[in-house]
Amino acid sequence: MAVHYRLRCKECGKTWDNSPRSFCEDCFSPVEVSYDYDALKKTVRREDLASREFNMWRYSELLPLSEDFAPTGAVGGTPLVASRKLASRWGLQELYFKNDAVCFPSLSFKDRVVATALAAARRFGFETVGCSSTGNLANAVAAQAAQQGFDACVFIPADLEPAKVLNTAVYGARIVRINGNYDQVNRLCSQIADRFHWGLVNVNLRPYYSEGSKTHGYEIAEQLGWRLPDNVVVPMAGGSLIGKIAKAFRELVTLGWVEAKPVKFFGAQATGCSPISDGVKRNLQRFEPQKPNTIARSLAIGNPADGPYAIKLIRESGGWAEDVSDPEIVAAIKLLAESEGIFTETAGGVTTGVTQKLIAQNRIKAHETTVVCITGNGLKTTDAIAAEYPATEAIAPRLDAFEAYLETQIGTTAPATVSAKA
Amino acid sequence: MPITIEIPTAFRRFTDGSPKVDCSATTIAEALNELTSRFPDLGRHVRDDQGQIRQFLNVYLNEEDIRFLGGENCTLKDGDRVLLVPSIAGGSGS
Repeated sequence: MAVHYRLRCKECGKTWDNSPRSFCEDCFSPVEVSYDYDALKKTVRREDLASREFNMWRYSELLPLSEDFAPTGAVGGTPLVASRKLASRWGLQELYFKNDAVCFPSLSFKDRVVATALAAARRFGFETVGCSSTGNLANAVAAQAAQQGFDACVFIPADLEPAKVLNTAVYGARIVRINGNYDQVNRLCSQIADRFHWGLVNVNLRPYYSEGSKTHGYEIAEQLGWRLPDNVVVPMAGGSLIGKIAKAFRELVTLGWVEAKPVKFFGAQATGCSPISDGVKRNLQRFEPQKPNTIARSLAIGNPADGPYAIKLIRESGGWAEDVSDPEIVAAIKLLAESEGIFTETAGGVTTGVTQKLIAQNRIKAHETTVVCITGNGLKTTDAIAAEYPATEAIAPRLDAFEAYLETQIGTTAPATVSAKA
Repeated sequence: MPITIEIPTAFRRFTDGSPKVDCSATTIAEALNELTSRFPDLGRHVRDDQGQIRQFLNVYLNEEDIRFLGGENCTLKDGDRVLLVPSIAGGSGS
């Protein structure tokens, strides 16, 4: 597979050879991976994918991988769940949940970005990889570093959810807890990347890392039968994913794999950390950074690096951004689990809750095809909803004890009328 | 003690290789002006055409983003450290 990509500055357009860098050395603006689509058209056809396994590597030609790259494990290939209950409840004809709560190996969409970042780390000769993380990314880096034989060192805010810390520690990664919020951890990592020869996936490997997000978008289009949806609701932390899904859709149109159509991009944040949705709503030229205060820790980035691009994309697409309070997030997590059998972490509660709001605002309409992105697994943030489910009293292992229990709970023991419904 | 401006590696080609530049400014704005008048080639990388600090450059006073401290007019005291850190965006959008 010949290499058909290089780095390109998003502001001044200067191109750079493939290398571990995150900004243009001429103008210090961000760089991103840019492809030769004419060459790609000759390299891969949509039909070629039919015989490949359903995971993110089926789109290898559209990712920044080296010629000798060989995947070490299946990543992505997650279900697009057609909603029945919530679609009906919300009055939508076509509603889907793209369920990266079951992305492998570490149960969040961050597995996708780490997969392309570690491919770049190997190519550039790094032995140690790391990241600044609100949790999911650290899990993904630790898991895939263990699998591929990298040393891993991750930097996290000291007050992260215990489950997310444990889910990193178990893979043997070095965890450095920082007394500060994510934005402070991220700033420190920029300084560390400047000093040490480490492959920090979301710092000096960021152009390659963020390209992995595109596979979430490719899969959505392919699972819809190679067509684009009308609306996508995407959680926003640093603001990168929403733009990469847009890039994925654009690329599929450019390659002629899907028909062009306008897609509205909707961004979702927690009210307690909503610099991007605030920027969209107030039509700000520059978003205002915030100090995060929300249970949606995985979205708690108050100074989102890709925020300016996310705001521009949302507005230009005709979409919108909304945010939901912590109680609304908890309610939405429960709603999604009870309606669709999907247990998501707080970020998925944010997108589900925001979708509900956007429908109520008539920004998402009944006849449109809408995809809601679920990016992480509920088992990682059980603390956020534990108070909703207080422990119940145990009963003796006897039928009469169960009957007594039914009597107190639902007021009857008649078998024909007994139901488990709460 | 003077104010110390810490220069990221990428900017050091404009500061004759210096990783740190001392100054005696009383505000962030003054510190940046002092820096860019001493090293004029750095000027266009610190401020945009409208004279604002560039969107993809973050400026910190000690550990805090200056946007939480009232922006570039926030005052400095002896021994303060000013950090310039290019923003790490992945790039997206059109």
